[in-house]
Amino acid sequence: MTDVRDESTAVERRTDGTVATGGPIADPGLPAHTWRPTDVDPAAEKRAERQVAGFFIASMLCIVAFVVSYFAFDIGGNHDTAAGLGASTLSLGLTLGLALVLIGVGVIQWARKLMSDHEIVEMRHPARSSEEDRAETLAALATGTEESGIARRPLIRNTMLGAMGLVGITPILALRDLGPLPGDSLLSTPWKAGMRVFVDVLGTPIKPSDLEFGTLVNGQPAALYDTNEEGEPLYEGVDLQVAKSKGSVILVRMEPDSIIPGEGRENWAVDGILCYSKICSHVGCPISLYERTTHHVLCPCHQSTFDLSDSAKVIFGPAARPLPQLPLTLDDEGYLVAQSDFNEPIGPSFWERDAT
Amino acid sequence: MRFLNRSAGRLSRHRRSKVAGFLLMLLALVATGTAYSAFAPAQAERATTDAEQVAKGRELFLVGCSFCHGANGEGQQDQAGQNYGPPLVGVGAAAVDFQVGTGRMPLAGPAKQAPRKEVAYNPEEVQALAAYVASLGPGPAVPAQSDYSTDGMSSAEREEAIVRGGQIFLTNCTACHNFQGSGGAMPNGGYAPTIRGVDSRYIYEAMLTGPQTMPTFSNGTMTPEAKREVISYLEALDSNPEYGGFGMGGLGPVSEGLFAWLLGIGSLVGFAVWIAAQTTRTKRTPAAQTAGHTPVEEQA
Repeated sequence: MTDVRDESTAVERRTDGTVATGGPIADPGLPAHTWRPTDVDPAAEKRAERQVAGFFIASMLCIVAFVVSYFAFDIGGNHDTAAGLGASTLSLGLTLGLALVLIGVGVIQWARKLMSDHEIVEMRHPARSSEEDRAETLAALATGTEESGIARRPLIRNTMLGAMGLVGITPILALRDLGPLPGDSLLSTPWKAGMRVFVDVLGTPIKPSDLEFGTLVNGQPAALYDTNEEGEPLYEGVDLQVAKSKGSVILVRMEPDSIIPGEGRENWAVDGILCYSKICSHVGCPISLYERTTHHVLCPCHQSTFDLSDSAKVIFGPAARPLPQLPLTLDDEGYLVAQSDFNEPIGPSFWERDAT
Repeated sequence: MRFLNRSAGRLSRHRRSKVAGFLLMLLALVATGTAYSAFAPAQAERATTDAEQVAKGRELFLVGCSFCHGANGEGQQDQAGQNYGPPLVGVGAAAVDFQVGTGRMPLAGPAKQAPRKEVAYNPEEVQALAAYVASLGPGPAVPAQSDYSTDGMSSAEREEAIVRGGQIFLTNCTACHNFQGSGGAMPNGGYAPTIRGVDSRYIYEAMLTGPQTMPTFSNGTMTPEAKREVISYLEALDSNPEYGGFGMGGLGPVSEGLFAWLLGIGSLVGFAVWIAAQTTRTKRTPAAQTAGHTPVEEQA
């Protein structure tokens, strides 16, 4: 088999200027070659050379200006020098951007004006290797298998595979150090029977009379604002963040007529006030895009939509389960409290979720 | 002028100056203006009494609002049981001040959402409408300026208010209105409007009354003080410089992606096309060509 690449350069120029190839198509119809000014005029060539060098030198100057402006302008200071942009931001961006653009322009100018631009025809050639190459490779493989004896000595082959496989266990084992296993902490939240619902950020308890129809309250368990006997907060630092991520709730009040009570949930609402986990059951985004007219709450991450008037059932989107509901009641002083923890583990699915 | 002259009679036409008609007209206009300015304040003073304001509001209501909201603000439903115009009993003066004062009401046509547009009523008329709707049932009143204005704060107070207001805003408002208050999309073609550059009074009233699909943040759970802190945070956002360059409305990846793909990549593609289209060619041939050598052959 002949090397097809040889055909690619088998180009002859005919007397009429058109190009003929020695390939399967005698005359592919390439137009006659024409010349650029820089090919025929030495002065133009020199000028183009200076232009290209000029672009590169301008790029260098931009980098110098970049270094100067880095030290000259205060970052964050003079924040509205031009068009609301800071002097530092503007000059650093402009000089670095110009430096890169000028390098690119110089390279293109070089290629278009000075590098040779004759036409080359390259024929397609098959991707398959030649028969000789294929036979040779197979023979080499067979020789290797025969001489190493890997097929004849299964003991060596199997122990080697075993050893290599076991090495793979080490990084998997080390993954355990990423943190303690969650244990059963995913199954419960800070909510307990009789714990008050507090307004998030403000940290105040809620009476039903505070809530008009159509109200939305972003709530937290009272324990997050509580202190122990020594006056220190019960939850601090990472623990506080974890407790918040599990205990966040949305509290809404709607006309009691519009609520479709779920089975066994008839007394979970107080005067049309319902409380659900704020953590989406799909992948755990906090959600509070609530529409008072439709009672729908939308998750902005993947558009899962829950109908809060109907036990937060999923009416659209990828979420597989309704939002867990927090049963509500009133304490002696008339504040809203939880009857118990959520009816099911909050947040996205996990393996052990259904084991309990 | 001709008709004025004619009314003066045929005989007297030649005795009067040519400008007499014009002067007479001017005199009449001045007299009317003076008479109006003398009587008008008296009318305005009388209109401030509650009963008359409610009556005036009712008149305006019957003309402009009752078509959808019913003659007594009881609301109307279409055949499918959907609200054609919701009942206004108990929505309070604050809701009217917000809806009419921002031009959302009267609605130009049936739509998913009432957009903000040019205000149709003057402040006195809005007041009268609010007084009438407030008389239908108890509801939140129009807030006093001391409730929403941050003018009286000392700089230390203001700083504290901005920090707390930011926390409240990010917990309660960001979900729909974006972290910079630029607004965002809602289900079924709705949207949360931008709340930047909106009068503090209307921001306060929106939280208080929950217009359209927005939930209410009633004073019981979000105190007037907390509302004022949110307003001071929004005011601080306006004076916050864009250190990183153009903020592009703070709409996040959508506007930034559009900018990068359309303007950034688009201009690069345009530049590449322009480069490929620019070819300067000459009819002359180099000296080497006349000797019978082509670059192609040299390459081969």
